[in-house]
Amino acid sequence: MSPSVPLQEMIRAIRSARTQCEERGVIQRECAAIRAQFRQADNGGRSHNLAKLLYVHMLGYPAHFGQMECVRMIASPRYSEKRVGYLGAMMLLDEKQDASLLITNSIKNDLAHSNQYVQSLALCTLACMGSAEMCRDLAPEIDRLLRASNSYIKKKAALCAVHIVRKVHELGELFAPAARSLLSEKNHGVLHGAVVLIIELCERNPETLERFRKTVPDLVQIMKGLVLSGYSPEHDVAGISDPFLQVRILRLLRILGRNNEGASDAMNDLLAQVATNTDSTKTVGNAVLYETVLTVLDIKSESGLRVLAVNILGRFLLNNDRNIRYIAMTSLQKIVGTDHNAVQRHRGTIVDCLKDQDASVKRRALELSLALVSASNIRSMMKELLLFLSSCPPELRAHAASGIFNAAERYAPSQRWHIDTMLHVLITAGGDVRDETVPNLIQLITNASELHCYTVHKLYRALLADISQQSLVQVACWCIGEYGDLLLRGDCQETEPVQVTEDDALDALETVLQSHMSSPATRGFALTATMKLSTRITDNVDRIRSIVSIYGSCIDVELQQRAVEYNALFKKYDHMRYAMKNYGRIRVTFTEPRFEYMCSHCLLLPLSVGGLKVCDLLDLLGGSEETLQPSPAFGGTAPGPSVNTAGGDLLDLLGGLELTPLAPGVTLRVTHTHTHTTDPVPVYDKGGVTLTLSCEKQSDTGLTVTLTASNATDSDISSFTLQAAVPKSVQLHMKAPSGDSLPARGTAKVTQMVVLNNPNKVNLKMRVRVSYTRLGSAFQDTVQIDSFPGLDAAGR
Amino acid sequence: MIKAILIFNNHGKPRLSKFYEHYSEDTEQQIIRETFHLVSKRDENVCNFLEGGMLIGGSDYRLIYRHYATLYFVFCVDSSESELGILDLIQVFVETLDKCFENVCELDLIFHVDKVHNILAEMVMGGMVLETNMNEIITQVDSQNKMEKSEVLTG
Repeated sequence: MSPSVPLQEMIRAIRSARTQCEERGVIQRECAAIRAQFRQADNGGRSHNLAKLLYVHMLGYPAHFGQMECVRMIASPRYSEKRVGYLGAMMLLDEKQDASLLITNSIKNDLAHSNQYVQSLALCTLACMGSAEMCRDLAPEIDRLLRASNSYIKKKAALCAVHIVRKVHELGELFAPAARSLLSEKNHGVLHGAVVLIIELCERNPETLERFRKTVPDLVQIMKGLVLSGYSPEHDVAGISDPFLQVRILRLLRILGRNNEGASDAMNDLLAQVATNTDSTKTVGNAVLYETVLTVLDIKSESGLRVLAVNILGRFLLNNDRNIRYIAMTSLQKIVGTDHNAVQRHRGTIVDCLKDQDASVKRRALELSLALVSASNIRSMMKELLLFLSSCPPELRAHAASGIFNAAERYAPSQRWHIDTMLHVLITAGGDVRDETVPNLIQLITNASELHCYTVHKLYRALLADISQQSLVQVACWCIGEYGDLLLRGDCQETEPVQVTEDDALDALETVLQSHMSSPATRGFALTATMKLSTRITDNVDRIRSIVSIYGSCIDVELQQRAVEYNALFKKYDHMRYAMKNYGRIRVTFTEPRFEYMCSHCLLLPLSVGGLKVCDLLDLLGGSEETLQPSPAFGGTAPGPSVNTAGGDLLDLLGGLELTPLAPGVTLRVTHTHTHTTDPVPVYDKGGVTLTLSCEKQSDTGLTVTLTASNATDSDISSFTLQAAVPKSVQLHMKAPSGDSLPARGTAKVTQMVVLNNPNKVNLKMRVRVSYTRLGSAFQDTVQIDSFPGLDAAGR
Repeated sequence: MIKAILIFNNHGKPRLSKFYEHYSEDTEQQIIRETFHLVSKRDENVCNFLEGGMLIGGSDYRLIYRHYATLYFVFCVDSSESELGILDLIQVFVETLDKCFENVCELDLIFHVDKVHNILAEMVMGGMVLETNMNEIITQVDSQNKMEKSEVLTG
């Protein structure tokens, strides 16, 4: 009976099982029967059993007990058994199993078999799972077959050689001459295998690549034959003669012509011919054209040819077949950097593809459009991009929004346009923008001082319309708080005048505060804005006071803390509130709302510590005349009772706070001219860990020392601690370190501040003990610091 | 290079799985499941190229698939293969199966999976495209089958 019937019976039995459990039962029974059969000596139906086992393997059940049976079957003289055996070997064996070594000998014998189909089985298996040793053993055999056999075997030997070269790179040299001679074969299968082999050899070894450059004329000849010959029935696929071979040869030409003038020149004509003669109405034609375009763009082709190639891609963009559009855009994306002008010509089509239904096509179109934005087309492109943003799929929104922001930043023709665009994006896709957008927008608005009135009006209107987009609401609240007086003044040249009363403004802010759609951060913005308005309006201060006091018992701890402190400002320090008005605008540009809050907190602390007069405070703040620039620096924890400073030295407070980062890209640097910090001096450098020291004289006897540690080794350091000891009469206070882990290669540092007080003015020395854990073992070391920068030899 | 060729039906049941790189049995089944998930979610009118899943390779690999009636034919390839070329290859494969089985349907693939393997072995070898001419493939497959039959008869 036919070998397949028992297999089919088993398949039928498996399929009739109605549940997974039943199926498992059937398969277990069958596997047990197969195992028993394997153990028996020779029986007639061996190939069926192995075939059944392979089917079971495909369904996902374990089949490793069949490995030895594969080895036995391969050694059998019968073709049917060999066939199943080799198939089993390909499915069950790999180089890690010992059994694979056992078949090496069988393969060797079969390679020399008289029957070409047996040879082909051996070649196939070797190419699929041959290990490096097997390849080394059998390489000479393969080389022999490459030269002297029929075309059926030659083409298989060629691909087998590719596998061998992949496993054992040095054997490439062995096959190069044979590969060269195969190019003169007529059989397309052999030619195809030869080209694949040559591609593999050239990619592995640049010298081989050099040698094979000489074959370019031959390859051109072969291509010409394929392209210009008439209809050839055996190779014809939809009117193109062997498109697979054409594509393969074009790929080889690309590799040979890359970075080489001579070779590129030799193929210019041919590429032009293929590009113009190939029929593009069928998929196969498009495959050849596509490969031609890729080759033209990759070699050193003349500019006319490049323009032709880009035009073909442009035509592809208009093709009905989605696949063609997709790959055209992928290629255009690769060349938009180098051939920008050529791609610009197709901008219209690309922008139209933004409206395509396929999400992958839309994604490519978006990336290409963003790459094509330039100063000259920014207005029209932005219109299209904003239109796209309103209807684009949700997974692309974040990418589109950030791309639009980047483009707007680079090419904005005017500030008003820029602000308008950003507002439009926030209104359309506010939920998907990145976190830095809010501070960036606030920064932008602050810098466009002539547009404050216009901006605040626009934002107020947007706020009235929709309070669900958090980023928009945050920006709007901030603006109303900051420029509330402009809003209330009513007149504005750029928009239609609308009368906004103080109650209206407070209504808007209160709606945001009370809405369940507002996130805690948004509420924070709104509360701070309400507070700021208290200095900008005259009639409704009481209302503000009541709003703020309500939040004094809010569940959200941060809001509660803010409300309580703002309340304190109202009650005890009412005269101070007007100073607050100035701190927000002139002295410090806070783009992170938490910092406005922090600053108020900082100001309140010394007030509660006592002993500071109002004018001192203003004086200190007024002392730093320069507008503070936003830049990356320290963030903030809520400074509380852990801060322990001598006296009410405000600047020490601001400079001495160890603040850990709150939010990404926090922007605040307090630059003040009152103290002088010396440059860091290295005091310890061992085992990749370095320690630098800088000093800041606070007073006649007070000194703040900052130790900065960094790790230049390749592994991370944890539990990093510093301990310090000083002479007896010196008072020492160690602040909390910024952290205790030092990542590798100096990506982040740890700082430790030490406050010293040397009332007796003795010679100042400090001993520092460094301890840390690295790669699981603990290290400890001590360093003595005898001289401090900024102090004279006597330590004063 | 072609990393894997998978055929499964609309419910994810594998009808043919050929891997040209070695994976453990569990990984193979996971790959089949993951590929099915990725491919079955696709709409009818989107393009036939997909970025591959996590298991079957990194950014260089993509899935090229075609959906015929109840079967998905999926080829997982790297960047050295032309995407449009592989689409055509799938077409040639299906046409060859059609010729060999006479109006092939899913049941044919289920009950003659060994024959499908033999046909595929004439087209793709070691992850590389071997032969694309349908007539040539069919001739070879027929001769081999004849040889096998004659062996059975002679005992």
